[in-house]
Amino acid sequence: MIICERKPIDEIKSFIDGKKKVLLVGCRGCVTVCNAGGTKEVEILAALLRLDAQKDGKELTVDEFTLERQCDPEYVDELADLVSKGYDAILSMACSVGPQFLSRRYPKERVYPSLNTCFIGGALAHGVWAEHCQACGNCVIHIYGGLCPVSRCSKSIMNGPCGGSSNGVCEISKEVECVWHLIASKFMDEGRLAEFAPIQPIKDWSKSRDGGPRKIVREELVK
Amino acid sequence: MSDFEPKIIAFCCQYCAYNAADTAGSMRLQYTPNVEIVLIPCSGRFDVILALKALESGADGVYVAGCLEGGCHFLDGNIRARKRVVYLQNELKKIGLEPERLAMVNVSASQGPQFAAYVDEFAGVVKGLGPSPIKKHLAA
Repeated sequence: MIICERKPIDEIKSFIDGKKKVLLVGCRGCVTVCNAGGTKEVEILAALLRLDAQKDGKELTVDEFTLERQCDPEYVDELADLVSKGYDAILSMACSVGPQFLSRRYPKERVYPSLNTCFIGGALAHGVWAEHCQACGNCVIHIYGGLCPVSRCSKSIMNGPCGGSSNGVCEISKEVECVWHLIASKFMDEGRLAEFAPIQPIKDWSKSRDGGPRKIVREELVK
Repeated sequence: MSDFEPKIIAFCCQYCAYNAADTAGSMRLQYTPNVEIVLIPCSGRFDVILALKALESGADGVYVAGCLEGGCHFLDGNIRARKRVVYLQNELKKIGLEPERLAMVNVSASQGPQFAAYVDEFAGVVKGLGPSPIKKHLAA
């Protein structure tokens, strides 16, 4: 899933400074699962913003609504009636796709992101998420024992480990596992070191971000 | 501000603090009447939303009372509750509300005197802070 975290409250406050009516829109997709922008997080942020305004004697209405997804136009359409009531600002609590889709659908509205979109990853434990994919567009994890050197190696090297690997951790931080240590250990444990040894050719990066923004068109699905 | 009587909401676990309040009552212990007790099935049921709603409704202070650490009926509900309290204290600080308006205490069912003493102590802290600034907004 896409992992996000809420922006610092001061930054969100700066977006709505001087505004009196705000719509806070959550998303039931990835950001609900990573506890960043679901119904509950919307409720918490709305309450904090209201308390902040009330404490200073400011008038602020924060309405809350959570869409099934903010990255599909049919769900974004559901906001039309609510948006027509007139808001000074719309705060999107989705990954950065959300505020972009809201802006496109409601071009007259001032839309702000409430979350920072961090990475594609998974939950290691409840409340702990780690990056596991960099959307390179050409998955090769089968060559590396099911581990991704593109996203999980600090240098994304395809033939490792490098000299910065020490006792299973990366030289950049003791908190960062060396994925090449994990790859080599896995092959050794399975007695498949011969499969690990071959030097991999240069990866095909043409499907990655280097060619500009990417798009997929599935003709059989297009109306 | 000496005539200020704070309104305090206490979320009390049914296995410990709620019974401690009963024990305090059975022992005829006097403690501040400013506290309104809300029964929750475990302090792990406490959610930051509950405290935020209480503060938005004009509570001057909120506290969560759970079992002694290691004594939770559901193993770690009280540990989780304390983490949520600390999280919300930090959030309140960021928006300029006194984090001391929110607190957590651990008591066992038999600790009636400790429960009464804690209520008085917390009420004293909240009295010292003065009325919640939200009250002015609600009164307006």
